[in-house]
Amino acid sequence: MKIQLRYFASIREALGHGAETIETQASSLACLRDELIARGGAYAEALARGRAVRVALNQAMADETAALADGAEVGFFPPVTGG
Amino acid sequence: MAERVSIQTQDFDLSAEVAALRQHHRGVGAVCSFIGTVRDRNEGQSVSTMELEHYPGMTEKAIEAMIDEAFRRFDILGARVIHRVGLLRPTDQIVLVAVSSAHRGESFQACEFLMDYLKTQAPFWKKEQTPDGARWVDARVSDDKALARWGIDARNA
Repeated sequence: MKIQLRYFASIREALGHGAETIETQASSLACLRDELIARGGAYAEALARGRAVRVALNQAMADETAALADGAEVGFFPPVTGG
Repeated sequence: MAERVSIQTQDFDLSAEVAALRQHHRGVGAVCSFIGTVRDRNEGQSVSTMELEHYPGMTEKAIEAMIDEAFRRFDILGARVIHRVGLLRPTDQIVLVAVSSAHRGESFQACEFLMDYLKTQAPFWKKEQTPDGARWVDARVSDDKALARWGIDARNA
């Protein structure tokens, strides 16, 4: 399936881009994150387990156990600091 | 219905926003507002500018959902949230939350609820320029605790 990825703030800077479209078989957000970590380099660093990373699924805050479906938009970003 | 959420680079006018909330409903007897501004110091360092990034689309949806929740929890008549993005300087306005109700208690509470909610659940990120270079602002555990008072688990910081 095809999904849209969005990156923000320090994660966007570390990866050097803010969006990409990928083909994946990942069944959940956790599997997707692991798949990206497995790319190594900046991905392994920015999305490392133990690092504070929040995930949004289709523009709503999500738990990593959430299931992925074709056409989904997934955002990865650090804890939010607005207001 | 009046516009409830705006994400914008330009400044905003508190008087105009409060006037709109008052005129929107003849039962309004109280308007409570909060404005967040850019400080010239953070974490012991001077701050010359602050850049605000957000997640277009998600930001608006998240804040609309927060306002819906405020209407469920409190007996309020109107609400308005404006959040600026882009490059800001010390003393600049960042965010406005304003709420109207028949009596003061509900708007005071809803205003604080919305601000606590926004701090930990709306996708904004601040980057400060300091004498040592640029740095991303860290989320605060105290902001998660503030939201916990309303029975909501922030899980942000």
